[in-house]
Amino acid sequence: MRWLTRLFEFVGKVGLFGLRVLVDLLRPPFEFAQLSRQLAEVGNKSLALVVVSGFALGAVMTLHTRSTLVTFGATAMIPAVQAVSFFVEIGPLVAGLLLAGRVGSGIGAVLANMRASEQIDAIESLSIDSFKFLVVPRVLACVIALPFLTLFMDFAGLLGGFLSEELSSHIAPALYLNRAFDYLQWANFVAPTLKTAVFGFIIGSVSAYFGYTTDKGAKGVGEAATNSVVVSSLLIIVADVLLIKCIFFLFPDTAI
Amino acid sequence: MKSFGAKRVLNDVSFQLGQGQALCLLGRSGTGKSVTLKLIMALMRPDSGEVWVDQENVVGLGEHKLSLMRKKLGYLFQDAALFDSLTLYENLALPLSRLTTKSKDEIDDVIRRVLSDVGLGADGAKYPSALSGGMKKRAGLARALVLEPKILLADEPSSGLDRITAAEIDELLMRCKTERGTALIIVTHDVHGARRVADRVAVLDKGNLVAFGSVNEVSQSENAVARRLITE
Repeated sequence: MRWLTRLFEFVGKVGLFGLRVLVDLLRPPFEFAQLSRQLAEVGNKSLALVVVSGFALGAVMTLHTRSTLVTFGATAMIPAVQAVSFFVEIGPLVAGLLLAGRVGSGIGAVLANMRASEQIDAIESLSIDSFKFLVVPRVLACVIALPFLTLFMDFAGLLGGFLSEELSSHIAPALYLNRAFDYLQWANFVAPTLKTAVFGFIIGSVSAYFGYTTDKGAKGVGEAATNSVVVSSLLIIVADVLLIKCIFFLFPDTAI
Repeated sequence: MKSFGAKRVLNDVSFQLGQGQALCLLGRSGTGKSVTLKLIMALMRPDSGEVWVDQENVVGLGEHKLSLMRKKLGYLFQDAALFDSLTLYENLALPLSRLTTKSKDEIDDVIRRVLSDVGLGADGAKYPSALSGGMKKRAGLARALVLEPKILLADEPSSGLDRITAAEIDELLMRCKTERGTALIIVTHDVHGARRVADRVAVLDKGNLVAFGSVNEVSQSENAVARRLITE
């Protein structure tokens, strides 16, 4: 039962850490310079990964979808299936998991390294609140960047799907887009995209927690990076289930 | 007093230091020397006892008063603890822009002067990864001095350096004391450096203060560890 106690302890500590982020978000001074640096790091530098992954995933998904829908004579539904599945679930979830890997490990490792090399102590010694300076901008950058990156993934997936379908059926771009967006409602698009802000908060807070609170020196850097990815990814999947339920409750028409 | 879990690191350690004096903290590894510096800087809280800096007890100070107190202190970390993502110039500009009302031109002047004082006048645009060990120590010292602190805390400033570079760092520390009247508290294993710089020496052993006084006084101490540390 010791593992259960440790689990509750961990959940409590991470929860309090996340709560402190929310409180410090509203307290001055506001670290705008740090935030813009982190937005470039999280957003700009993740764009290529997200776009390429989305494109590849879109192409692959279309191939699988085609092979199934051909059986039912419903290949005309391929664009709609592609769009709805990407915008509603695949885009947000895959973008979240990719960022948990790329950004989460980076945040965990950087902050753990700063802790091990006394840079965080150095920041405190300069009368700068290290939590507000280091943690809050990183979490906020993840919250802001993830919805936008999700959009890029969604449209890259559509593009990949279109190119894959074009090679098979020579469908015109206009027809593909019409069929894609015919069944897509705003609720299918806005709510799932905004849920990635929650994913961003999870990635930022969990990764920053492992990095900022490590006390294992150089060994802690690797552990922080690994734990950040694993725990963020798990929490994103769990949060996804809960958020889908909330979305279905708020927008019953979107329940499939 | 300070413990980490079951391990007692510092026991009843008390000493005083006047303005413009230099104190070297000696002792074997793990005797609480660096912890003492961090307690003075309020980067850690003691389990019991008080830490007085410039007539103010720093234990339990609120955020604002702690911020004001820390402006009087400079800290040179063991590996300099320079911020990797900032250039040398930006490392020094950070405290100046955050904690003073100086204009950009005034900040430029201060940084130029301080970097020149430590022999890094041409290296402001470099990142810490491009600096040698000795240069990093100088840069860390520059950052510690940029706010003109009354007290400079230095954690093993000459560790990992050759004798010549170590002597140069000691020279810089001495100039802080003689030219600026800065009080120095230096954690060191370098007995030669301690003999050069220190007005007072304190020896810690197993978390206890076993000797305190001038270098000559400690070399004649009743405590064998203290005598051995200062005479080797």
